[in-house]
Amino acid sequence: MSSNIYKNKKPLFFFLIPAFLFMLIFLYYPFIQNIFNSFQEIRGLGTAPMGWKDPWYSNFKTMWEDENMRIALKNTLIMILVTIVGQVGIALFLAILVDNVKHGSKFFRVVFFFPIVVSATALGLLFNLIFLYDKGMINQLLEVLGSKSLTDWKDETHAFMTMMIPVTWQYVGFYFIILVTGLNNISDELYEAAAIDGATTLQKVRFITIPLVHNVICTCVILAVTGALKVFDLPWVMFPKGMPFGQTWLTGTYMYYQVFNATDVDYSSAIAVLIVVLGIVLSKVVNKIFKEKDY
Amino acid sequence: MKKKKFQPGQIGAFALLSLWALTTIYPIFWVVLNSIKNRKIIVSDSFSLPIGEKFSMANYQLAFERLDIFGAYRNSLIISLSVAVVVILLAGMASYALVRYTFRGRSLLNSLVIAGMMFPVFATIIPVFQMMSKWGIVNTPDIWKSLLATALPQIAGNMSFAIVVLSGYIKGLPVELEEAAYMEGCNAFQIFSKVVMPLSKPSFATVGIFSFLWSYNDLFTQSFMLRGNQYGITRLLNELTSREGTNYGLMAAAVTLVVIPILIVYIFLQKYIIKGMTAGAVKG
Repeated sequence: MSSNIYKNKKPLFFFLIPAFLFMLIFLYYPFIQNIFNSFQEIRGLGTAPMGWKDPWYSNFKTMWEDENMRIALKNTLIMILVTIVGQVGIALFLAILVDNVKHGSKFFRVVFFFPIVVSATALGLLFNLIFLYDKGMINQLLEVLGSKSLTDWKDETHAFMTMMIPVTWQYVGFYFIILVTGLNNISDELYEAAAIDGATTLQKVRFITIPLVHNVICTCVILAVTGALKVFDLPWVMFPKGMPFGQTWLTGTYMYYQVFNATDVDYSSAIAVLIVVLGIVLSKVVNKIFKEKDY
Repeated sequence: MKKKKFQPGQIGAFALLSLWALTTIYPIFWVVLNSIKNRKIIVSDSFSLPIGEKFSMANYQLAFERLDIFGAYRNSLIISLSVAVVVILLAGMASYALVRYTFRGRSLLNSLVIAGMMFPVFATIIPVFQMMSKWGIVNTPDIWKSLLATALPQIAGNMSFAIVVLSGYIKGLPVELEEAAYMEGCNAFQIFSKVVMPLSKPSFATVGIFSFLWSYNDLFTQSFMLRGNQYGITRLLNELTSREGTNYGLMAAAVTLVVIPILIVYIFLQKYIIKGMTAGAVKG
């Protein structure tokens, strides 16, 4: 901006300092401090570190050998895959559909967003009622359909799936809205030209829609990856403390458990460091995969 | 206006969309329905309508007796409204400066903002807690200190997102209006409060609503910062699972009491939410 108003730089500091001070104190500084914490001995939440661990990397060594951590990591990685395929995939599918219907697209936009507005904690309670063994909505429905025995949706074989369904379902609407906007930006003339050339609907989607919303999809996938790493509320309410038998740990819930139930604060800092590293590495990977594709 | 349509595809598309809409509406409808039923039949007959003998308000009576729902609402509203207001104000000022001024270090600050979006709350909460413990605002029976302790990290956590969305919007405003105001003798602060802020109202609304929602729905920070009988809405719900695990009627009533008000507000404000989402996410 070459405007004269902004030649005088004095107000600049007034505008910038409050916001960045906030981020410095509550975001950047704690972020760095957390990395230090992960190598130090901390006896309780809220107490200062007592000094370096011996050896300094011992938390990461523990993590490597921790069976629960392995489950948490595996679950989280599966969840990332499921959210990419499930959330972004379903959202893209629904967005293409909504782009093709004449009426009601506004209604669908509003309604698909419901689960995002509602707190995940409330949804956790709601799904607890739905998946109740004796007898929630699903089991009653199965009974109506003729099933003789009750299914325990929270037992070892079903637990992980029971957790994934609501987590995936909740954020479909979020990506849906982003993708719909991306689709709206595609000019109709392209589709008309393709129609004249005799393209089928499927071909239009494959050769016009997908390439043109490619960047939007990339954004969505990165958001889905970082979002999956942040999931906490719903799993914690539905499956507190990794129930059953530590089957449902996620990196986030396990980190929280280490703070409050195992009171191993420095270990949980180390887990948090791992979550950040995962987030950065995975978004780089996604970027790489998507950028290389050239239509 | 739109592409050429053909009938069978239309109907199929509509059916699939309605099916998904059913999954987002029906569970909420179901829980509301069951909250006004006699709690014994929730687990035997949850699909029937609550008419006649099945109808009962006992769940709500119990909810208000046993749970301090109003207290939790008040605390949550105090936290989330202050988060929204502070984020709008500070992020607005910072975005305005980042967009309109050219100065050394601007690109560094811009990257810091983007980096801020990558820090999950897991990675900052423990040091924040240590710091606040030193300041003496956590682990105290003083509810106001605990509310402050919850709000502060949430403000910082929403700041990056807010700056990204707001700077995207402010960038699109015509600088001529600001110049005109300058000619009339306004200084930078007046230009910000009298020209930029009013013109950016829709995006400020979006940012405010989102900051509010995220703060309001955040269980993690509340669980860290609130203690004992200090409840926000999400912490109350979470405790409910362990305290009253088998009283399904009470749970249905509590879920309804938390979900319905926020949905009503959402329906009135959805225009801003959906518009802002697209502005923020696609550009970011």
